[in-house]
Amino acid sequence: MADPQSFAEKGADLELVGIQKRYPGFTAVENLDLVIPAGSFFALLGPSGCGKTTTLRLVAGLEEPTQGRILIGGKDVSRLKPHKRPVNTVFQSYALFPHMTIQENVAFGLRRRKIGDPVGKAHEALRLVELDHVADRKPAQLSGGQQQRVALARAVVNRPALLLLDEPLGALDLKLRRQMQQELKQIQQEVGLTFLHVTHDQEEAMTMADTVAVMNKGRIEQMGAPEELYELPQTAFVANFLGQSNLFGVEVVGSTDQVLHTNLNGARISLPRSRSARESGTITIGVRPEKLSLSTHEPESELSLNVLGPGRVIDASFIGVSTQYTVDLPGSGPVEVFAQNMQAGPIAGAGDEVWLSWHVEHTFGLADDRVETGALTADLSTRAIATRASHAE
Amino acid sequence: MAFTAFSANTKVADQAPRKRGWIALLLLAPGIAYMLLFFVTPFIQLAITSLQAPAESGGIGQYVAAVQFSNYWVAIQEYWPQLLRSFVYAVIATVVGLILSYPLAYLLGVTLRNRAMLQGILLILVVAPFFISLLLRTLAWKSILPNEFIGTDGAVIFGLIYNFIPFMVLPMFASLQALDLRLVEAGSDLYASPVTVFRKVTLPLSLPGVVSGTLLSFIPMSGDYVVASRSFLGSTDTAMVGNVIESNFLQTQNYPMAAALSILLMVIILVIVATYVRKSGAEDLL
Repeated sequence: MADPQSFAEKGADLELVGIQKRYPGFTAVENLDLVIPAGSFFALLGPSGCGKTTTLRLVAGLEEPTQGRILIGGKDVSRLKPHKRPVNTVFQSYALFPHMTIQENVAFGLRRRKIGDPVGKAHEALRLVELDHVADRKPAQLSGGQQQRVALARAVVNRPALLLLDEPLGALDLKLRRQMQQELKQIQQEVGLTFLHVTHDQEEAMTMADTVAVMNKGRIEQMGAPEELYELPQTAFVANFLGQSNLFGVEVVGSTDQVLHTNLNGARISLPRSRSARESGTITIGVRPEKLSLSTHEPESELSLNVLGPGRVIDASFIGVSTQYTVDLPGSGPVEVFAQNMQAGPIAGAGDEVWLSWHVEHTFGLADDRVETGALTADLSTRAIATRASHAE
Repeated sequence: MAFTAFSANTKVADQAPRKRGWIALLLLAPGIAYMLLFFVTPFIQLAITSLQAPAESGGIGQYVAAVQFSNYWVAIQEYWPQLLRSFVYAVIATVVGLILSYPLAYLLGVTLRNRAMLQGILLILVVAPFFISLLLRTLAWKSILPNEFIGTDGAVIFGLIYNFIPFMVLPMFASLQALDLRLVEAGSDLYASPVTVFRKVTLPLSLPGVVSGTLLSFIPMSGDYVVASRSFLGSTDTAMVGNVIESNFLQTQNYPMAAALSILLMVIILVIVATYVRKSGAEDLL
C-alpha cells in the first residue's frame, strides 16, 4: 500500500465491499461490490443520475458511505479523510485554484506531502501534457482544453496509487476529446497507475478502458471487457446503452446441447445455449443492427442462419459508409439494420419488401424478465423518435 | 465585493470614443456635480481654514485668511495622544471585529449556503441594528453595561466593534458566498488538511471580502466621535480625534485647529489604507 509520504511505485487494487449510499429520499448507490485490479483502466459507464459520480466521490472520500467498506491496496480507507487517501481526482469542473499560477496548482499536492523538488516535478508533469510554456499563467488565462490538461497534470504529478477521473473530457470538443483520450491512455500505460474513469460516453468508455462496468439506478448491470459487453449484453439496459440492439420476445420451443430453438411469431430463431442467460420459457433475445443482412428475396434456409420476413422498409437513410434501414416486421415492431455500402447505392428503398437474416451465433439472450420488443435505442434523435411515431400510427 | 464591482465597471472597452464619450459624460454629470459641490468645495474650504490665523480683534471664533502651516505643528503637539488613541482603538476594534466576523460570515456564506431560510434570518439579524439610530443603540449600551465599565478603553472599543460589525460581515459574506466549494474539495483531494485548505484556498479567495470589510469599518472607526464621547461610552480619558475636532469646532470655536486635525486624520488614514492594501496584495480593490 502506498505510503502517503511518497510516490506510489505502481497502481493499487481498489475494492468496494457492499457499498451503499443513501440520501434522504433516494439511494444513490445500492449494495455495490467491485474489484478493480491494480494497473487497470476501469470505466464506470452510465446515464446521469445512475450513481457513478457518487461512487467516485465515495472512493475519493468526498462522501461517506452509508454502509460498506472501501479498500485501496488491501487497506481499509472507508473512514479516512480525503487528504489521507492515496487517491487523486481529475474533477469534471477541473477545480483549478484561480488564485495560483499553473505551476503552483500542479505543485500543490507535492508541497502538501513535502516531496522534494516540487517545482521541477510540476514542470515535468506540465511537459507531459505539453503545457510547460503556460506554467506562469493563471487558470483563467487558459482555454478549456488547456485547463483540462492542467487538471490532469495536477493529479498525475502525485503518482497516486489510484487516479479518479470524473467525466474530465465532457467539456471538450470532439477532436480534442479524441486526442486527450489517446494521451490519457498513453499516460496510464506509461505510469502504470490504476485509473477509475467515470463517463456517460459509451464510445469513450469502450475505446479507453480495459474493463467497463455499466451502471444503472445505483447498481452495476454488467461488467466486462468492452467487446464482451458489446457482443454479449445481459440486460436490455446494457444492450441499448452500449450501442443499439433489436430485441424480440420469444418462446423457447426446443433445444440441443448447443443450441436453443425459439419461436418468434412462427419464425424459428436459434441461438447458442452459451449465449443465453435463460434457457426456457419466454425469453428476450437480441441482435445488433450491423449483424443483420437485408435482402430483397427470401434467403435460402440454412441451419446457421436466422431469417425473418418478409417485412417492409419504412425508412432508409444513407449515411455514407453505411445505410441505416428501419424495417417493419409484422408482429415484431420496427427493426434497425446497419448495412455497409458494399455496392453503390442502397439495395432497398422505403416500401420495398425485404427479408432479414443473421448468423445464429450473433444472437444473444438476455436475463431480463420481459422487455418491449423491436428496436429499442438509447438514441433520442428526432429521426429515431419520428420513426417510432410513424410506426405507431 | 462592492469595490471589485466598481473596478470591473470602469474597465469597459472604449469603442466609438467620440459619441460614447459624450453620453458617458452626460451620465456622469450629476455625480461629478455632486462631488464638486459636496466634496471638493468643502475640502478646499477646509484646507483654507486649516491655515487661517486668529483675527487682530482677538474675538472667539474670529479668524482671517493666512498661510499659517504652524497650525498643523500645534495640532500634533497638543493632540497627538488623542490621534494615537484613535488609531490604536480602531486597529484593536478592527482586529477583534475581524476575529468575530469571519466565522460569522463563513457560517452565513458557506455552512448555511443551502439553508436559505436560516441564512436569511441570520442575515437580517446582522443588519437589524441599522434599523435603529446609531445614537440610540450606543445610548442603550450605556444603560446595559455596568457603570464602572463606562468610560474605559474597553467600553469604547466594545462600542466601536458593535457598531461596525455589519460593515465587516457583509463584504466577507459576499466573498465567502461566492467561494467555489469544489476548490475546497480539490484541496483536500490534493493532501491538504482542513487547516491547510483554509490557509491556502479559502482564506486567499475570501481576501477581497476581508480587505473591503476591514476598510469599511477601520476608516469610520478612526474618525468616530459618538462612542468615545462623554455622553456615551467614553470619558475625558478616552477622547478620540473625532471628539477633539468636535469640541474645537463647536465649543472653543477654534476652526483652524479643527480643520488641521481633520486633514491630519484624513492623511494618516490614506497612508495606512494604502500601505494595508498594498501589503495584502489586493490592489485591484482601489
